[in-house]
Amino acid sequence: MAALGIAMGGGNWFSALVLGVTLLKCLLIPTYHSTDFEVHRNWLAITHSLPISQWYYEATSEWTLDYPPFFAWFEYALSHVAKHFDQEMLNVHNLNYASSKTLLFQRFSVIFTDALFVYAVHECCKCIDGKKAGKELTEKPKFILSVLLLWNFGLLIVDHIHFQYNGFLFGLMLLSIARLLQKRHMEGAFLFAVLLHFKHIYLYVAPAYGTYLLRSYCFTANKPEPTASSLFPTLPFQAGPLPCILGSKLLGFVQCFGQSAVCHRLLSVGKAGDASIFLILTTTGHYSLFPLLFTAPELPIKILLMLLFTIYSISSLKTLFRKEKPLFNWMETFYLLGLGPLEVFCEFVFPFTSWKLTYSFIPLFLTSVYCAVGITYAWFKLYVSVLTDPPVGKTKKQ
Amino acid sequence: MERWYLMTTVVLIGLTVRWTVSLNSYSGAGKPPMFGDYEAQRHWQEITFNLPIKQWYFNSSDNDLLYWGLDYPPLTAYHSLLCAYVAKFINPDWIALHTSRGYESQAHKLFMRTTVLVADLLIYIPAVVLYCCCLKEMSTKKKIANALCILLYPGLILIDYGHFQNIYNSVSLGFALWGVLGVSYDWDLLGSLAFCLAINYKQMELYHSLPFFCFLLGKCFKKGLKGKGFILLIKLACTVVASFILCWLPFFTEREQTLQVLRRLFPVDRGLFEDKVANVWCSFSIFLKIKDILPHHIQIIISFCFTFLSLLPACIKLILQPSPKAFKFTLVTCALSFFLFSFQVHEKSILLVSLPVCLVLSEIPLMSTWFLLVSTFSMLPLLLKDELLMPSVVTMVAFFIACATSFSIFEKTSEEELQLKSFSISVRKYLPYFTFLPRIIQHLFLISIIMMVLLTLMTVTLDPPQKLPDLFSVLVCFVSCLNFLFFLIYFNIIIMWDSKSRRSQKKIS
Repeated sequence: MAALGIAMGGGNWFSALVLGVTLLKCLLIPTYHSTDFEVHRNWLAITHSLPISQWYYEATSEWTLDYPPFFAWFEYALSHVAKHFDQEMLNVHNLNYASSKTLLFQRFSVIFTDALFVYAVHECCKCIDGKKAGKELTEKPKFILSVLLLWNFGLLIVDHIHFQYNGFLFGLMLLSIARLLQKRHMEGAFLFAVLLHFKHIYLYVAPAYGTYLLRSYCFTANKPEPTASSLFPTLPFQAGPLPCILGSKLLGFVQCFGQSAVCHRLLSVGKAGDASIFLILTTTGHYSLFPLLFTAPELPIKILLMLLFTIYSISSLKTLFRKEKPLFNWMETFYLLGLGPLEVFCEFVFPFTSWKLTYSFIPLFLTSVYCAVGITYAWFKLYVSVLTDPPVGKTKKQ
Repeated sequence: MERWYLMTTVVLIGLTVRWTVSLNSYSGAGKPPMFGDYEAQRHWQEITFNLPIKQWYFNSSDNDLLYWGLDYPPLTAYHSLLCAYVAKFINPDWIALHTSRGYESQAHKLFMRTTVLVADLLIYIPAVVLYCCCLKEMSTKKKIANALCILLYPGLILIDYGHFQNIYNSVSLGFALWGVLGVSYDWDLLGSLAFCLAINYKQMELYHSLPFFCFLLGKCFKKGLKGKGFILLIKLACTVVASFILCWLPFFTEREQTLQVLRRLFPVDRGLFEDKVANVWCSFSIFLKIKDILPHHIQIIISFCFTFLSLLPACIKLILQPSPKAFKFTLVTCALSFFLFSFQVHEKSILLVSLPVCLVLSEIPLMSTWFLLVSTFSMLPLLLKDELLMPSVVTMVAFFIACATSFSIFEKTSEEELQLKSFSISVRKYLPYFTFLPRIIQHLFLISIIMMVLLTLMTVTLDPPQKLPDLFSVLVCFVSCLNFLFFLIYFNIIIMWDSKSRRSQKKIS
């Protein structure tokens, strides 16, 4: 009994957070899934039933393999587990096959591979110093960071409802960042290289990595101590691609935001200014994911989870930085509050108006433009803060 | 309170879990001709909307009582009528007389689930939040953790949002909780009003009526029956009578109306028990088929005697020494006595015991968590029938983790923390070696958990032998019943030995 007590009680809040979010992911199993579900089923089938030489030529289904080889190997490995659930899903000709066992396998594979993300979060928390730590567990930066990362709304919605494998990919990226912060540059670089071979979209952050590694590993004369903030002068590059943010390919929009948001979380528990940028970026970015889930049963889920994450992140960071100036000015507050009426209009008012038939693109258009404003603003603010902040060496002494 | 945002987060988590569970199947889905209780709820909206009040409880060509006839008190009927008006606004086909029988669609499911969520949000959840905020001698963090655990209680979530049978349990339990809040903090009239609303919503709330009555009577005695106490008694009587008249007004116009409603609410010509339920009669019938041996009226008398004999001591104690703490524990024992020994008990009635146990979660965390897990487990056959295995397991694990981390239940196992100190001291007067009670309880807890896990695994993976097709359901009920009997004794011990320690303390001082 005492052993169980030690295991469950005391400082094992991290395990409780992990278990809690894993259980929530299990509850999301019966939710709506997009065509990405069929995409991954198809890739399981391709990699399992066909020789390697055919993988990138196979075109029975419209969802051809368009990720780098490591992801194909990943699907191949998964397919060997899949065959124990339902052999039929591995048939290339079984288009849109979605038996209950297939669904269960696919959902569990996402939940299971998130383990890498959990490990990476754990490593990142080690890099955070507890200078601002209050006595309360809920006020410690490590706790807040863990919640913001593990219970991230974007990942839950995109990975566990819409259906994708971003969790473990972000885990790889987070792990490589953690290694860089721990001065294990070669490992960090290696992990990033591996990541690029899983999903090429991470090329967006390659300039940041390149610059940082050049400066802190290759040309290291009078190099300042590496900290989280020294990594980030190069970050604006990756929050940059405006065409991607404003463009019509919503999902590509999702990737950029995700990467910057993940990195920002590390920053946000360090400085108040960064926390405010993070909150604007995250809240706006999360809201922009709403059009991805357009089905009625998922409407309460996305609103509840969004409220949950937003209220928690704003309040906890406000509490963490309560001794400094307020996080938002009146303009930013007004903008963020405006998301509420926007949602009400797009999902509850517009569908009952006569414009629904002729101008059905209006909700999507309004959402994209409104969010683009917020994200671009956050990007500018970050650039300004990075260029005007004093060098890292001096801040450390202070 | 300072940490309002944490409390909001907790409520949002509770709502999210509820809605995700509701995405699953419901009782009787796609199973004509009778479907299940989901259809019953839809049917009641059809009846109350299309027929005049006088015909709601009567058999007629438009209202076939054999097809889910209304068998709850008037407030449920009024609630169904309210939902029917909303349904009419969205899609009249859902409640069209006769033609809407067996109506099933994605949109309708969404509508029904939403009505449950709205009712929960308006009545039950605020009561829980207020209850936790008003708890004394507790840090804010503990109060919030307490609220999280209560809101994550799997039994209520799975029945109201998953199984969907006799939904809106959160409404009647919510009203009862408002009643508990009222009378615990000396808002006696409002508390009684809330509790009367609870009874008039679901008649099963009568399980809680004796403790309410005894507590309020005890308060009147304490204030002195010749002065303020008597005035309070009169005011309470008037409040109760007035609320009943208000709810039953349309049915008081004719004697036959009132009698028919009562006949629908209390079907005494049904048997001692129906289906498998974790109470004493069902478990006993494994060994001896009392239903077949004894005549009907004898069954009623035996059930009555056992029920009242088991709950009387605690109730008398409550009249003599009314306190909010004793009140809550008496709610537990009374409801548990009714569940174990009463007539025509359904598995879902365990929720009436679970609510007061949730209220004492902070006082005896280990035992309460244990009880609440068993109470959910006892409904397992019902939940599996509706393909709710995954949500059941997930919510039970989540609840267990929430309680374990919030209350450190495994570290609080001393005699004092189990509230068994005065009992142990009394026993030690005769048996000096009686120091092993906490250890026995810990072992029993582990055995119970292992048995529940094993039985769940067996029920899910194995097929029962052909000669005993109900083997696993019966085993589940039997094991749960044993657990419940243990808890009945345990909670009664707490009540009976609680005042003794206070009295002896007074003697010392």
